[in-house]
Amino acid sequence: MKQQLMVMTVIVAVVATAALGQPGKPHSEQKTPVERGAYLVKAMGCNDCHTPWMMGEHGPEPDMTRALTGHPEGLVMPPPPELPEGPWIWMGGATNTAFAGPWGVSFAANLTPDPATGTGKWTEKQFVDTLRTGRHLGIGRPILPPMPWSMIGSLNDEDLKAIYAYLQSLAPVKNKVPQPVEPKAKN
Amino acid sequence: MIALAIVVGAARAGGDSSSSPAPQRLSETGLYAELSSGRIAPGVLPFEPQYPLWTDGAAKSRWIELPAGTTIDASNVNRWVFPVGTKLWKEFAFDGRRIETRLLWRASSEEWVFATYVWDEAQTEAYLAPAEGIRNHYQIRGTDPYSIPSEPDCRACHESGGTPVLGFNALQLSDDRDPLAPHAKPLDGSSMTLTRLDRLGLLAPRPQDLIDNAPRIYARSPRERAVLGYLSANCGSCHNETGPLASLGLYLQHVPTSLGWERAPGYSTAVNVAGDYVTPGLSPVESRRVAPGIPEASAIVYRMSSRRPASQMPPLGTAVVDEEALDLIRSWIAEDLGEGRRTLRAAANGH
Repeated sequence: MKQQLMVMTVIVAVVATAALGQPGKPHSEQKTPVERGAYLVKAMGCNDCHTPWMMGEHGPEPDMTRALTGHPEGLVMPPPPELPEGPWIWMGGATNTAFAGPWGVSFAANLTPDPATGTGKWTEKQFVDTLRTGRHLGIGRPILPPMPWSMIGSLNDEDLKAIYAYLQSLAPVKNKVPQPVEPKAKN
Repeated sequence: MIALAIVVGAARAGGDSSSSPAPQRLSETGLYAELSSGRIAPGVLPFEPQYPLWTDGAAKSRWIELPAGTTIDASNVNRWVFPVGTKLWKEFAFDGRRIETRLLWRASSEEWVFATYVWDEAQTEAYLAPAEGIRNHYQIRGTDPYSIPSEPDCRACHESGGTPVLGFNALQLSDDRDPLAPHAKPLDGSSMTLTRLDRLGLLAPRPQDLIDNAPRIYARSPRERAVLGYLSANCGSCHNETGPLASLGLYLQHVPTSLGWERAPGYSTAVNVAGDYVTPGLSPVESRRVAPGIPEASAIVYRMSSRRPASQMPPLGTAVVDEEALDLIRSWIAEDLGEGRRTLRAAANGH
Protein backbone atom coordinates (compact mmCIF):
# COMPACT_ATOMS: atom_id res chain seq x y z
CA MET A 1 0.00 0.00 0.00
CA LYS A 2 2.76 2.35 1.03
CA GLN A 3 4.69 1.36 -2.12
CA GLN A 4 1.64 2.02 -4.32
CA LEU A 5 1.21 5.40 -2.71
CA MET A 6 4.86 6.20 -3.35
CA VAL A 7 4.54 5.14 -6.97
CA MET A 8 1.44 7.28 -7.37
CA THR A 9 3.26 10.24 -5.85
CA VAL A 10 6.18 9.82 -8.21
CA ILE A 11 3.86 9.52 -11.20
CA VAL A 12 1.96 12.62 -10.21
CA ALA A 13 5.23 14.49 -9.67
CA VAL A 14 6.55 13.40 -13.07
CA VAL A 15 3.31 14.37 -14.79
CA ALA A 16 3.23 17.67 -12.98
CA THR A 17 6.81 18.42 -14.00
CA ALA A 18 6.20 17.34 -17.57
CA ALA A 19 3.32 19.75 -17.77
CA LEU A 20 5.58 22.72 -17.05
CA GLY A 21 7.44 24.44 -19.90
CA GLN A 22 11.09 23.42 -20.04
CA PRO A 23 13.02 26.60 -20.77
CA GLY A 24 15.79 26.41 -23.34
CA LYS A 25 19.28 27.78 -23.01
CA PRO A 26 19.88 31.52 -23.38
CA HIS A 27 20.87 32.60 -26.91
CA SER A 28 24.43 33.27 -25.83
CA GLU A 29 24.80 29.60 -24.92
CA GLN A 30 23.46 28.27 -28.25
CA LYS A 31 26.84 27.73 -29.80
CA THR A 32 25.98 26.27 -33.19
CA PRO A 33 23.25 26.67 -35.80
CA VAL A 34 22.17 23.08 -35.09
CA GLU A 35 21.69 23.92 -31.40
CA ARG A 36 19.76 27.03 -32.25
CA GLY A 37 17.70 25.08 -34.77
CA ALA A 38 16.86 22.43 -32.18
CA TYR A 39 15.70 25.15 -29.81
CA LEU A 40 13.53 26.80 -32.48
CA VAL A 41 11.98 23.52 -33.60
CA LYS A 42 11.08 22.75 -30.01
CA ALA A 43 9.82 26.24 -29.22
CA MET A 44 7.80 26.66 -32.39
CA GLY A 45 5.96 23.38 -32.00
CA CYS A 46 6.97 21.57 -35.17
CA ASN A 47 6.51 18.29 -33.35
CA ASP A 48 2.89 19.15 -32.67
CA CYS A 49 1.97 18.24 -36.25
CA HIS A 50 5.05 16.65 -37.79
CA THR A 51 5.37 13.95 -35.13
CA PRO A 52 2.46 11.50 -34.91
CA TRP A 53 0.65 11.70 -31.59
CA MET A 54 -0.25 8.65 -29.58
CA MET A 55 -1.93 7.79 -26.31
CA GLY A 56 0.90 7.45 -23.84
CA GLU A 57 0.89 6.38 -20.22
CA HIS A 58 0.11 9.89 -19.10
CA GLY A 59 -2.23 10.88 -21.89
CA PRO A 60 -1.77 12.05 -25.48
CA GLU A 61 1.79 12.86 -26.42
CA PRO A 62 3.95 12.98 -29.55
CA ASP A 63 5.63 9.66 -30.29
CA MET A 64 9.20 10.90 -30.18
CA THR A 65 10.51 7.59 -31.56
CA ARG A 66 9.02 8.91 -34.83
CA ALA A 67 9.99 12.52 -34.31
CA LEU A 68 9.40 14.84 -37.29
CA THR A 69 8.70 11.92 -39.66
CA GLY A 70 5.27 13.24 -40.59
CA HIS A 71 2.10 11.28 -41.20
CA PRO A 72 2.84 7.55 -40.84
CA GLU A 73 2.85 5.92 -44.26
CA GLY A 74 1.05 2.85 -42.96
CA LEU A 75 -1.86 4.83 -41.56
CA VAL A 76 -4.37 5.00 -44.39
CA MET A 77 -7.00 7.57 -43.53
CA PRO A 78 -10.60 6.91 -44.57
CA PRO A 79 -12.40 9.74 -46.36
CA PRO A 80 -13.15 12.48 -43.85
CA PRO A 81 -16.73 12.74 -42.58
CA GLU A 82 -18.98 15.35 -44.17
CA LEU A 83 -19.52 18.27 -41.84
CA PRO A 84 -22.97 19.89 -41.73
CA GLU A 85 -23.35 23.49 -42.87
CA GLY A 86 -22.11 25.78 -40.15
CA PRO A 87 -19.00 27.32 -38.62
CA TRP A 88 -17.11 24.05 -38.10
CA ILE A 89 -15.19 23.55 -41.36
CA TRP A 90 -12.14 21.46 -40.69
CA MET A 91 -11.00 18.48 -38.67
CA GLY A 92 -7.83 16.66 -37.73
CA GLY A 93 -6.85 13.02 -37.31
CA ALA A 94 -6.01 11.48 -33.95
CA THR A 95 -2.30 11.46 -34.78
CA ASN A 96 -2.57 15.18 -35.53
CA THR A 97 -0.74 14.57 -38.82
CA ALA A 98 -3.76 14.52 -41.18
CA PHE A 99 -6.04 17.50 -41.69
CA ALA A 100 -9.27 17.74 -43.66
CA GLY A 101 -10.98 20.93 -44.73
CA PRO A 102 -12.11 22.85 -47.79
CA TRP A 103 -8.65 22.27 -49.30
CA GLY A 104 -9.08 18.50 -49.22
CA VAL A 105 -6.85 16.44 -46.97
CA SER A 106 -3.29 17.46 -46.20
CA PHE A 107 -0.63 15.44 -44.40
CA ALA A 108 2.30 16.65 -42.33
CA ALA A 109 5.55 16.17 -44.23
CA ASN A 110 8.54 14.06 -43.25
CA LEU A 111 11.11 16.62 -42.16
CA THR A 112 13.95 14.15 -41.61
CA PRO A 113 16.65 14.24 -44.31
CA ASP A 114 15.69 11.00 -46.04
CA PRO A 115 16.48 11.61 -49.73
CA ALA A 116 13.50 9.74 -51.12
CA THR A 117 10.73 10.50 -48.62
CA GLY A 118 11.99 13.48 -46.60
CA THR A 119 14.05 16.62 -47.03
CA GLY A 120 17.33 14.95 -47.93
CA LYS A 121 17.48 16.54 -51.40
CA TRP A 122 16.34 19.97 -50.29
CA THR A 123 18.87 22.78 -50.41
CA GLU A 124 18.99 25.47 -47.76
CA LYS A 125 17.68 27.96 -50.32
CA GLN A 126 14.70 25.75 -51.17
CA PHE A 127 13.88 25.38 -47.49
CA VAL A 128 14.07 29.12 -46.81
CA ASP A 129 12.18 29.99 -50.02
CA THR A 130 9.42 27.51 -49.17
CA LEU A 131 8.75 29.16 -45.86
CA ARG A 132 9.00 32.66 -47.27
CA THR A 133 6.72 32.11 -50.30
CA GLY A 134 4.42 29.31 -49.12
CA ARG A 135 5.29 27.36 -52.27
CA HIS A 136 6.69 23.86 -52.34
CA LEU A 137 10.45 24.04 -52.91
CA GLY A 138 9.96 27.79 -53.09
CA ILE A 139 8.42 27.76 -56.57
CA GLY A 140 5.85 25.00 -56.82
CA ARG A 141 2.38 24.19 -55.57
CA PRO A 142 1.05 26.08 -52.55
CA ILE A 143 1.78 24.64 -49.10
CA LEU A 144 -1.63 23.59 -47.82
CA PRO A 145 -3.31 24.48 -44.54
CA PRO A 146 -2.92 24.19 -41.65
CA MET A 147 0.87 24.59 -42.11
CA PRO A 148 1.63 28.06 -40.67
CA TRP A 149 4.36 28.76 -43.18
CA SER A 150 4.08 32.54 -43.07
CA MET A 151 4.62 32.56 -39.34
CA ILE A 152 7.79 30.51 -39.68
CA GLY A 153 8.70 32.53 -42.77
CA SER A 154 8.79 35.62 -40.60
CA LEU A 155 11.90 34.34 -38.83
CA ASN A 156 15.13 35.97 -39.92
CA ASP A 157 17.53 34.25 -42.34
CA GLU A 158 19.85 33.10 -39.57
CA ASP A 159 17.03 31.38 -37.71
CA LEU A 160 15.53 29.71 -40.78
CA LYS A 161 18.94 28.42 -41.76
CA ALA A 162 19.45 27.14 -38.22
CA ILE A 163 16.21 25.16 -38.45
CA TYR A 164 17.39 23.74 -41.78
CA ALA A 165 20.75 22.81 -40.27
CA TYR A 166 19.07 21.05 -37.35
CA LEU A 167 16.68 19.12 -39.58
CA GLN A 168 19.54 18.03 -41.82
CA SER A 169 21.45 16.80 -38.76
CA LEU A 170 18.74 14.30 -37.82
CA ALA A 171 18.94 10.65 -38.77
CA PRO A 172 17.08 10.15 -42.06
CA VAL A 173 13.92 8.10 -41.59
CA LYS A 174 12.14 6.49 -44.49
CA ASN A 175 8.45 7.39 -44.27
CA LYS A 176 6.52 8.16 -47.43
CA VAL A 177 3.81 10.61 -46.44
CA PRO A 178 0.74 10.39 -48.73
CA GLN A 179 0.20 13.14 -51.29
CA PRO A 180 -2.69 15.53 -50.52
CA VAL A 181 -6.20 14.37 -51.33
CA GLU A 182 -8.38 16.58 -53.51
CA PRO A 183 -11.53 18.13 -52.06
CA LYS A 184 -14.76 16.54 -53.15
CA ALA A 185 -16.39 19.78 -54.29
CA LYS A 186 -16.51 20.91 -57.92
CA ASN A 187 -13.71 23.03 -59.39
CA MET B 1 -13.08 29.39 -53.85
CA ILE B 2 -12.67 29.05 -50.09
CA ALA B 3 -9.87 26.63 -50.68
CA LEU B 4 -8.14 29.04 -52.98
CA ALA B 5 -8.57 31.93 -50.56
CA ILE B 6 -7.14 29.95 -47.67
CA VAL B 7 -4.28 28.59 -49.60
CA VAL B 8 -2.98 31.38 -51.72
CA GLY B 9 -1.27 32.79 -48.70
CA ALA B 10 -1.40 35.60 -46.21
CA ALA B 11 -2.82 38.68 -47.83
CA ARG B 12 -0.61 41.63 -47.21
CA ALA B 13 -2.58 44.82 -47.34
CA GLY B 14 -1.09 48.07 -48.49
CA GLY B 15 1.35 47.75 -51.37
CA ASP B 16 4.75 49.37 -51.33
CA SER B 17 6.47 49.82 -54.64
CA SER B 18 8.63 52.75 -53.59
CA SER B 19 11.77 50.69 -53.09
CA SER B 20 11.89 49.19 -56.58
CA PRO B 21 14.48 50.52 -59.05
CA ALA B 22 11.80 50.37 -61.75
CA PRO B 23 10.05 53.62 -62.68
CA GLN B 24 6.65 54.24 -61.14
CA ARG B 25 4.87 54.62 -64.49
CA LEU B 26 4.94 52.52 -67.63
CA SER B 27 5.30 55.68 -69.72
CA GLU B 28 8.69 56.18 -68.04
CA THR B 29 10.10 52.79 -68.99
CA GLY B 30 10.88 53.58 -72.61
CA LEU B 31 8.37 51.28 -74.30
CA TYR B 32 6.23 54.00 -75.85
CA ALA B 33 7.16 57.00 -77.95
CA GLU B 34 3.70 58.19 -76.99
CA LEU B 35 1.65 56.07 -74.62
CA SER B 36 -1.67 57.76 -75.35
CA SER B 37 -1.55 56.77 -79.01
CA GLY B 38 0.13 53.44 -78.34
CA ARG B 39 3.03 54.36 -80.61
CA ILE B 40 6.01 52.19 -79.69
CA ALA B 41 9.41 53.86 -79.27
CA PRO B 42 11.88 53.48 -82.14
CA GLY B 43 14.37 50.69 -81.53
CA VAL B 44 11.88 48.67 -79.53
CA LEU B 45 11.38 45.39 -81.40
CA PRO B 46 8.21 43.26 -81.31
CA PHE B 47 8.42 39.48 -81.16
CA GLU B 48 6.17 36.42 -80.89
CA PRO B 49 7.48 33.17 -79.43
CA GLN B 50 6.29 30.24 -81.53
CA TYR B 51 5.14 28.40 -78.39
CA PRO B 52 3.42 31.06 -76.27
CA LEU B 53 2.78 30.63 -72.56
CA TRP B 54 -0.86 30.00 -71.63
CA THR B 55 -2.30 32.76 -69.49
CA ASP B 56 -6.01 32.09 -69.47
CA GLY B 57 -6.51 33.32 -73.01
CA ALA B 58 -4.96 36.76 -72.50
CA ALA B 59 -4.01 38.58 -75.69
CA LYS B 60 -0.31 39.27 -75.46
CA SER B 61 2.14 41.65 -77.07
CA ARG B 62 5.85 41.42 -76.47
CA TRP B 63 8.78 43.70 -77.12
CA ILE B 64 12.52 43.82 -76.55
CA GLU B 65 14.98 46.67 -76.54
CA LEU B 66 18.73 46.32 -76.56
CA PRO B 67 20.83 49.38 -75.73
CA ALA B 68 22.17 51.03 -78.88
CA GLY B 69 25.25 49.34 -80.28
CA THR B 70 24.94 46.20 -78.15
CA THR B 71 24.40 42.62 -79.23
CA ILE B 72 23.13 39.41 -77.73
CA ASP B 73 25.90 36.92 -76.95
CA ALA B 74 24.65 33.93 -78.92
CA SER B 75 27.69 31.70 -78.50
CA ASN B 76 25.71 29.18 -76.45
CA VAL B 77 22.65 28.29 -78.49
CA ASN B 78 20.89 27.03 -75.37
CA ARG B 79 21.53 30.14 -73.36
CA TRP B 80 21.76 33.55 -74.91
CA VAL B 81 23.32 36.25 -72.76
CA PHE B 82 21.71 39.68 -72.93
CA PRO B 83 23.62 42.95 -72.53
CA VAL B 84 23.20 45.15 -69.48
CA GLY B 85 20.34 47.52 -70.15
CA THR B 86 18.19 44.98 -72.03
CA LYS B 87 14.47 45.50 -71.46
CA LEU B 88 11.61 43.18 -72.30
CA TRP B 89 7.93 44.04 -71.96
CA LYS B 90 4.88 41.84 -72.12
CA GLU B 91 1.36 43.22 -72.27
CA PHE B 92 -1.66 41.20 -71.15
CA ALA B 93 -5.14 42.14 -72.35
CA PHE B 94 -8.61 40.60 -72.16
CA ASP B 95 -11.45 41.60 -74.50
CA GLY B 96 -9.52 44.58 -75.80
CA ARG B 97 -8.75 45.92 -72.36
CA ARG B 98 -5.09 46.13 -71.28
CA ILE B 99 -4.67 44.76 -67.76
CA GLU B 100 -0.94 44.75 -67.12
CA THR B 101 2.40 45.20 -68.82
CA ARG B 102 5.33 43.35 -67.28
CA LEU B 103 8.90 44.56 -67.45
CA LEU B 104 12.03 42.43 -67.28
CA TRP B 105 15.09 44.65 -67.19
CA ARG B 106 18.76 43.82 -66.90
CA ALA B 107 19.59 46.84 -64.78
CA SER B 108 23.17 45.76 -64.09
CA SER B 109 25.40 42.77 -64.61
CA GLU B 110 24.22 41.40 -61.25
CA GLU B 111 20.58 42.38 -61.29
CA TRP B 112 17.50 41.68 -63.37
CA VAL B 113 14.57 43.83 -62.26
CA PHE B 114 11.09 42.31 -62.26
CA ALA B 115 8.23 44.79 -62.32
CA THR B 116 4.70 44.98 -63.55
CA TYR B 117 2.46 47.89 -64.40
CA VAL B 118 -1.28 47.85 -63.89
CA TRP B 119 -3.38 49.76 -66.42
CA ASP B 120 -6.02 52.21 -65.30
CA GLU B 121 -9.59 51.86 -66.55
CA ALA B 122 -9.21 54.75 -68.97
CA GLN B 123 -6.16 53.02 -70.50
CA THR B 124 -4.13 56.21 -70.29
CA GLU B 125 -1.33 54.99 -68.01
CA ALA B 126 -0.14 51.96 -66.10
CA TYR B 127 1.31 52.14 -62.60
CA LEU B 128 3.96 50.05 -60.90
CA ALA B 129 2.29 47.28 -58.89
CA PRO B 130 3.34 46.49 -55.32
CA ALA B 131 5.94 43.77 -54.93
CA GLU B 132 3.37 41.43 -53.41
CA GLY B 133 1.13 41.68 -56.48
CA ILE B 134 -2.62 42.19 -56.44
CA ARG B 135 -4.80 39.16 -55.90
CA ASN B 136 -8.03 38.88 -57.88
CA HIS B 137 -7.40 42.18 -59.62
CA TYR B 138 -9.64 41.42 -62.58
CA GLN B 139 -12.45 39.03 -63.42
CA ILE B 140 -11.82 37.24 -66.70
CA ARG B 141 -15.14 36.96 -68.56
CA GLY B 142 -16.80 37.91 -65.30
CA THR B 143 -15.98 34.64 -63.58
CA ASP B 144 -12.35 33.69 -63.29
CA PRO B 145 -9.89 35.55 -61.07
CA TYR B 146 -6.88 37.15 -62.69
CA SER B 147 -4.16 38.15 -60.26
CA ILE B 148 -1.22 40.46 -60.79
CA PRO B 149 1.79 38.34 -59.82
CA SER B 150 4.06 39.11 -56.89
CA GLU B 151 7.78 39.47 -57.38
CA PRO B 152 8.42 35.99 -55.87
CA ASP B 153 5.89 34.68 -58.42
CA CYS B 154 7.96 36.22 -61.23
CA ARG B 155 11.14 34.74 -59.84
CA ALA B 156 9.58 31.30 -59.41
CA CYS B 157 9.68 30.76 -63.18
CA HIS B 158 12.16 33.38 -64.34
CA GLU B 159 14.92 32.29 -61.99
CA SER B 160 14.51 28.57 -62.57
CA GLY B 161 14.90 28.33 -66.32
CA GLY B 162 18.62 28.94 -66.70
CA THR B 163 18.13 32.47 -67.98
CA PRO B 164 15.56 35.04 -66.88
CA VAL B 165 14.51 35.57 -70.51
CA LEU B 166 12.16 32.70 -71.25
CA GLY B 167 10.37 33.55 -74.50
CA PHE B 168 13.20 35.04 -76.56
CA ASN B 169 15.59 32.32 -77.66
CA ALA B 170 16.68 30.36 -80.69
CA LEU B 171 13.84 27.85 -80.64
CA GLN B 172 11.09 30.35 -79.83
CA LEU B 173 12.21 32.70 -82.62
CA SER B 174 13.04 30.05 -85.18
CA ASP B 175 11.91 30.78 -88.72
CA ASP B 176 10.67 27.20 -88.90
CA ARG B 177 7.49 27.84 -86.96
CA ASP B 178 5.29 25.02 -85.73
CA PRO B 179 1.86 25.28 -87.42
CA LEU B 180 0.22 23.21 -84.68
CA ALA B 181 1.54 25.19 -81.71
CA PRO B 182 -1.45 25.98 -79.45
CA HIS B 183 -2.48 29.65 -79.35
CA ALA B 184 0.21 30.75 -81.77
CA LYS B 185 -0.28 34.13 -83.42
CA PRO B 186 0.66 34.42 -87.07
CA LEU B 187 3.83 36.43 -87.58
CA ASP B 188 3.60 39.84 -89.12
CA GLY B 189 6.31 41.63 -91.05
CA SER B 190 7.83 43.36 -88.07
CA SER B 191 8.12 40.50 -85.53
CA MET B 192 11.63 39.37 -84.78
CA THR B 193 12.78 35.98 -85.93
CA LEU B 194 16.26 34.49 -85.93
CA THR B 195 16.98 35.63 -89.48
CA ARG B 196 15.63 39.13 -88.88
CA LEU B 197 17.74 39.47 -85.73
CA ASP B 198 20.71 38.28 -87.72
CA ARG B 199 20.08 40.81 -90.50
CA LEU B 200 19.99 43.56 -87.90
CA GLY B 201 23.35 42.32 -86.65
CA LEU B 202 22.02 41.73 -83.14
CA LEU B 203 23.41 38.23 -82.60
CA ALA B 204 27.13 37.78 -81.96
CA PRO B 205 28.78 35.56 -82.86
CA ARG B 206 26.51 34.98 -85.85
CA PRO B 207 24.92 31.57 -85.24
CA GLN B 208 25.42 30.47 -88.84
CA ASP B 209 24.27 26.89 -88.27
CA LEU B 210 20.99 28.12 -86.78
CA ILE B 211 20.45 30.48 -89.68
CA ASP B 212 21.09 27.64 -92.12
CA ASN B 213 19.10 25.04 -90.17
CA ALA B 214 16.29 26.76 -88.32
CA PRO B 215 15.83 25.07 -84.94
CA ARG B 216 12.88 22.79 -84.57
CA ILE B 217 11.83 20.06 -82.18
CA TYR B 218 12.45 16.72 -83.83
CA ALA B 219 9.51 14.44 -83.18
CA ARG B 220 7.85 11.47 -84.78
CA SER B 221 4.75 13.41 -85.78
CA PRO B 222 3.63 17.03 -86.19
CA ARG B 223 1.37 16.59 -83.18
CA GLU B 224 4.21 15.34 -81.01
CA ARG B 225 6.33 18.27 -82.08
CA ALA B 226 3.60 20.69 -80.97
CA VAL B 227 3.12 18.87 -77.65
CA LEU B 228 6.82 18.90 -76.77
CA GLY B 229 7.02 22.58 -77.72
CA TYR B 230 4.02 23.45 -75.59
CA LEU B 231 5.41 21.55 -72.61
CA SER B 232 8.79 23.19 -73.02
CA ALA B 233 7.36 26.70 -73.03
CA ASN B 234 4.74 26.18 -70.32
CA CYS B 235 6.55 23.82 -67.99
CA GLY B 236 10.23 23.80 -68.90
CA SER B 237 11.18 26.93 -67.00
CA CYS B 238 10.73 24.94 -63.77
CA HIS B 239 10.97 21.37 -65.00
CA ASN B 240 14.50 21.25 -66.34
CA GLU B 241 17.88 19.70 -65.60
CA THR B 242 19.69 22.76 -64.36
CA GLY B 243 17.27 24.61 -62.09
CA PRO B 244 16.04 24.08 -58.51
CA LEU B 245 13.73 21.22 -59.50
CA ALA B 246 16.41 19.16 -61.22
CA SER B 247 16.13 16.49 -58.51
CA LEU B 248 12.56 15.73 -59.62
CA GLY B 249 13.97 14.24 -62.81
CA LEU B 250 11.19 15.61 -65.04
CA TYR B 251 12.84 17.57 -67.83
CA LEU B 252 10.35 19.26 -70.10
CA GLN B 253 12.58 22.13 -71.23
CA HIS B 254 13.52 21.39 -74.80
CA VAL B 255 17.20 21.67 -75.49
CA PRO B 256 17.74 22.84 -79.07
CA THR B 257 20.87 20.80 -79.45
CA SER B 258 19.16 17.51 -78.76
CA LEU B 259 18.57 15.67 -81.98
CA GLY B 260 16.04 12.95 -82.44
CA TRP B 261 12.83 12.39 -80.57
CA GLU B 262 14.15 9.70 -78.30
CA ARG B 263 16.68 12.09 -76.89
CA ALA B 264 14.22 14.89 -76.34
CA PRO B 265 14.20 15.13 -72.55
CA GLY B 266 10.50 15.94 -72.53
CA TYR B 267 9.91 12.51 -73.96
CA SER B 268 12.41 10.36 -72.11
CA THR B 269 11.67 11.69 -68.62
CA ALA B 270 7.89 11.65 -68.94
CA VAL B 271 6.59 8.92 -71.25
CA ASN B 272 6.04 5.70 -69.33
CA VAL B 273 7.91 7.14 -66.35
CA ALA B 274 6.30 6.96 -62.91
CA GLY B 275 6.84 10.16 -60.96
CA ASP B 276 6.28 10.87 -57.29
CA TYR B 277 2.81 12.20 -58.00
CA VAL B 278 0.20 9.45 -58.41
CA THR B 279 -2.86 10.20 -60.51
CA PRO B 280 -5.73 10.11 -57.98
CA GLY B 281 -7.80 6.98 -58.27
CA LEU B 282 -4.90 4.90 -59.57
CA SER B 283 -2.28 2.82 -57.86
CA PRO B 284 1.38 3.87 -58.10
CA VAL B 285 1.90 0.92 -60.46
CA GLU B 286 -0.68 2.20 -62.97
CA SER B 287 0.08 5.91 -62.78
CA ARG B 288 2.67 7.50 -65.06
CA ARG B 289 3.66 11.05 -65.85
CA VAL B 290 2.54 10.20 -69.39
CA ALA B 291 0.90 6.78 -69.68
CA PRO B 292 1.19 5.65 -73.32
CA GLY B 293 -2.25 5.20 -74.79
CA ILE B 294 -4.04 6.15 -71.56
CA PRO B 295 -4.59 9.90 -71.07
CA GLU B 296 -6.67 9.33 -67.94
CA ALA B 297 -3.78 7.56 -66.22
CA SER B 298 -1.36 10.37 -67.09
CA ALA B 299 -0.44 12.58 -64.16
CA ILE B 300 0.42 15.45 -66.52
CA VAL B 301 -3.11 15.41 -67.98
CA TYR B 302 -4.69 15.17 -64.54
CA ARG B 303 -2.72 18.07 -63.16
CA MET B 304 -3.12 20.27 -66.22
CA SER B 305 -6.88 19.72 -65.99
CA SER B 306 -6.96 20.85 -62.39
CA ARG B 307 -7.20 24.29 -60.87
CA ARG B 308 -7.16 22.97 -57.29
CA PRO B 309 -4.21 24.17 -55.25
CA ALA B 310 -3.01 20.68 -54.30
CA SER B 311 -2.76 19.46 -57.87
CA GLN B 312 -2.90 22.22 -60.49
CA MET B 313 -0.09 22.54 -62.97
CA PRO B 314 1.34 25.03 -63.65
CA PRO B 315 1.08 25.93 -59.96
CA LEU B 316 0.85 29.66 -60.63
CA GLY B 317 0.00 32.15 -63.35
CA THR B 318 -3.23 30.55 -64.51
CA ALA B 319 -6.75 30.15 -63.16
CA VAL B 320 -8.35 28.66 -66.29
CA VAL B 321 -7.56 25.27 -67.78
CA ASP B 322 -6.03 25.29 -71.27
CA GLU B 323 -8.56 23.06 -73.00
CA GLU B 324 -7.04 23.41 -76.46
CA ALA B 325 -3.64 22.24 -75.29
CA LEU B 326 -5.18 19.44 -73.23
CA ASP B 327 -7.07 18.16 -76.26
CA LEU B 328 -3.82 18.08 -78.21
CA ILE B 329 -1.97 16.29 -75.42
CA ARG B 330 -4.75 13.78 -74.81
CA SER B 331 -4.90 12.83 -78.49
CA TRP B 332 -1.10 12.58 -78.61
CA ILE B 333 -1.15 10.19 -75.67
CA ALA B 334 -4.11 8.17 -76.94
CA GLU B 335 -3.14 7.93 -80.59
CA ASP B 336 0.55 8.65 -81.11
CA LEU B 337 1.59 6.72 -78.02
CA GLY B 338 -1.26 4.21 -78.26
CA GLU B 339 0.84 1.21 -79.11
CA GLY B 340 2.48 1.54 -75.72
CA ARG B 341 -0.82 0.65 -74.06
CA ARG B 342 -0.21 -3.06 -74.29
CA THR B 343 3.17 -2.71 -72.63
CA LEU B 344 1.71 -0.68 -69.76
CA ARG B 345 -1.09 -3.17 -69.11
CA ALA B 346 1.44 -5.99 -69.07
CA ALA B 347 3.56 -4.12 -66.55
CA ALA B 348 0.54 -3.50 -64.32
CA ASN B 349 -0.22 -7.21 -64.44
CA GLY B 350 3.26 -8.05 -63.29
CA HIS B 351 4.74 -9.29 -66.56
